[in-house]
Amino acid sequence: MSAITLTIPDYRTQTPEVAERFLRIKQRPVIFSIRDLKKEFGKSDDRRTVFEGVSVDIHRREFICVIGPSGCGKSTLARIVAGLDEADGGAVLMDGNTITGPGPDRGMVFQGYTLFPWLTVKRNVMFGLEMGGMDSSNAETEARQWLDMVGLAKFEDAYPNELSGGMKQRVAIARALAKGPRILIMDEPFGALDAQTRAQMQSYLLQIWRKVDVTILFITHDLDEATYLADRILVMGTNPGGIVEFIENPVPRPRSPAQIHSPEWLALKARLEAHIHPPVEVEEERLPMVKLTTAGDEVE
Amino acid sequence: MAHLDWLGLKMELPRKRQIQLTILSFVLPLALWCAVSYLPWVWHPLVRVTTPGEVDYFAEDMDVPRAEFAAQCAKMAAAKQQLPEGYRVNPVYLPPPHKVALAFVTAFQTPPRLPGEPWLHESLGHSIRTILWGFLVSSIVGVPIGILCGSFRFFSKLHEPFIEFFRYLPAPAFGALCVAVLGIDDPPKIAIIFIGTFFQQVLVIANTVRKVDPSLIEAAQTLGASRWRLVKRVIIPASITDVYTDMRILLGWAWTYLIVAEVVGTMSGITYFINQQARYRNFDNVYAAIAMIGVIGFGSDLFLAWIGTILFPWKRKSKGTKPGGPFRWLFRNPSNSRSTSVVKPDQELPCPPSP
Repeated sequence: MSAITLTIPDYRTQTPEVAERFLRIKQRPVIFSIRDLKKEFGKSDDRRTVFEGVSVDIHRREFICVIGPSGCGKSTLARIVAGLDEADGGAVLMDGNTITGPGPDRGMVFQGYTLFPWLTVKRNVMFGLEMGGMDSSNAETEARQWLDMVGLAKFEDAYPNELSGGMKQRVAIARALAKGPRILIMDEPFGALDAQTRAQMQSYLLQIWRKVDVTILFITHDLDEATYLADRILVMGTNPGGIVEFIENPVPRPRSPAQIHSPEWLALKARLEAHIHPPVEVEEERLPMVKLTTAGDEVE
Repeated sequence: MAHLDWLGLKMELPRKRQIQLTILSFVLPLALWCAVSYLPWVWHPLVRVTTPGEVDYFAEDMDVPRAEFAAQCAKMAAAKQQLPEGYRVNPVYLPPPHKVALAFVTAFQTPPRLPGEPWLHESLGHSIRTILWGFLVSSIVGVPIGILCGSFRFFSKLHEPFIEFFRYLPAPAFGALCVAVLGIDDPPKIAIIFIGTFFQQVLVIANTVRKVDPSLIEAAQTLGASRWRLVKRVIIPASITDVYTDMRILLGWAWTYLIVAEVVGTMSGITYFINQQARYRNFDNVYAAIAMIGVIGFGSDLFLAWIGTILFPWKRKSKGTKPGGPFRWLFRNPSNSRSTSVVKPDQELPCPPSP
């Protein structure tokens, strides 16, 4: 069908450096594991399983992306991990302890803007610190450092409604990281942003992650985003819902958007594409012809 | 071309045009009133007799219907007797605007007819006092219950069904009961305003609080906020601007209950004034007093709206105000006595990094 011929290597092909990188990651302690997780929706007589049998071990300072078609329950997975939703089976373990609700060891960045509009940027970042029992002056110093890290020190006294979408999400990241979580859960955090801002935010996030000891669980539906950010990519599917594949990302670090045409990137993306967007089977001849121009244009 | 844009659907109007329209919204009804008052051919159904002529039952300054006046004129003309004279007027209950405008000043200057009666400003003061007490008592109880009902299903189910039932009982129906229990002076009036306001207040505020964006609450939960702190530091500040707007609307409702409340027991306040003036047929004073209620209500609402912009700086686009304004105490931790900084476990990486 396609005239373009590319020699795309198998996505599993890893250079020795990449293989060694994953070996090193796997030697790190597992801080976080999901055991046989199951989630159902609906009333008792009409229950639909969203996913089941989801089991994952996540090592310290790993960057995990979760992708999947809409409805596969990837956001639900994030919410269960954050402690906002309850699972219908299985468990989520942090350092071997089952989690029961939201806790300071897990930070979350939501897709929507969830900064508190009545607090200034600085006070938003201080919120989690104060909830943890830190006194105001220490919290303020700490909040300033975090705002400095996300490059928004100048805006510490602004209110959220004075910031752009990207800036709001940077504050949200600073707010989630400030209380020192072991794992940062990000539920399509850049989904509401325009493409350019999103690309910037991805680079920002990688920079921040390099400086902070935090494991990231990143939900997205954007294949390039997952390829750019992740160490490993958890692909989820629907019917039956659950893990389709847990892919090691061969694109070497440090990453840059320039790698988008590298063979590893393309190989991985092709693989993800096949999982997420399986070829649509439509008999082309049967498609109705609508709104053809009368000028006799050659339409491909 | 520009005039065509006035009626753009959902379109913002330029500020100048908005002000023009605001003024016009007051000028239009006023113009209608002027037309009815000053243009004799618009309405003027009566004739004020200046000279009774030979009509035996006409007297000077008497208002008679136009048709009757014409009939009498025809009768006198036929009998070759002296014709009555007069000019067309509106009924006494519709005074012209300038008289009502004048009454705004004179009503305050006119001493009461009877020695025991209050001046107008005393009547107004009495009304405002009554309404403030009623609204204050209602708010002290109603706002916390409303917030609890909006925040917790438990309180919502515990209180709201009964309140929902009770709010259909018309407040004036409790008048006799209030007088029997609380006497004839101010307490029953305050009680009527309380009954009229409280039940609506709880339901309205509970609804507003329920509408707080759940993602804000979830965000706060992931940041480690416990139950009561969620209420105090997230739910209350997140809903306070809307609750404040609710309170402004409820205060407007309280004014409508005021008139009912003031006829309970001994009539008092502005209602008493209006009734007395109507009895004396000083309808210009009646209109002035009614308009004064409007001016006070509308003016206090504008004032509260302005206060709102000071209390809630985050609702403004401009910057440079202290966070929280006078409500700062809501938004900060009350003096965290524990001054020890939390030491994070296993901190090998600098977090946050050294510069």
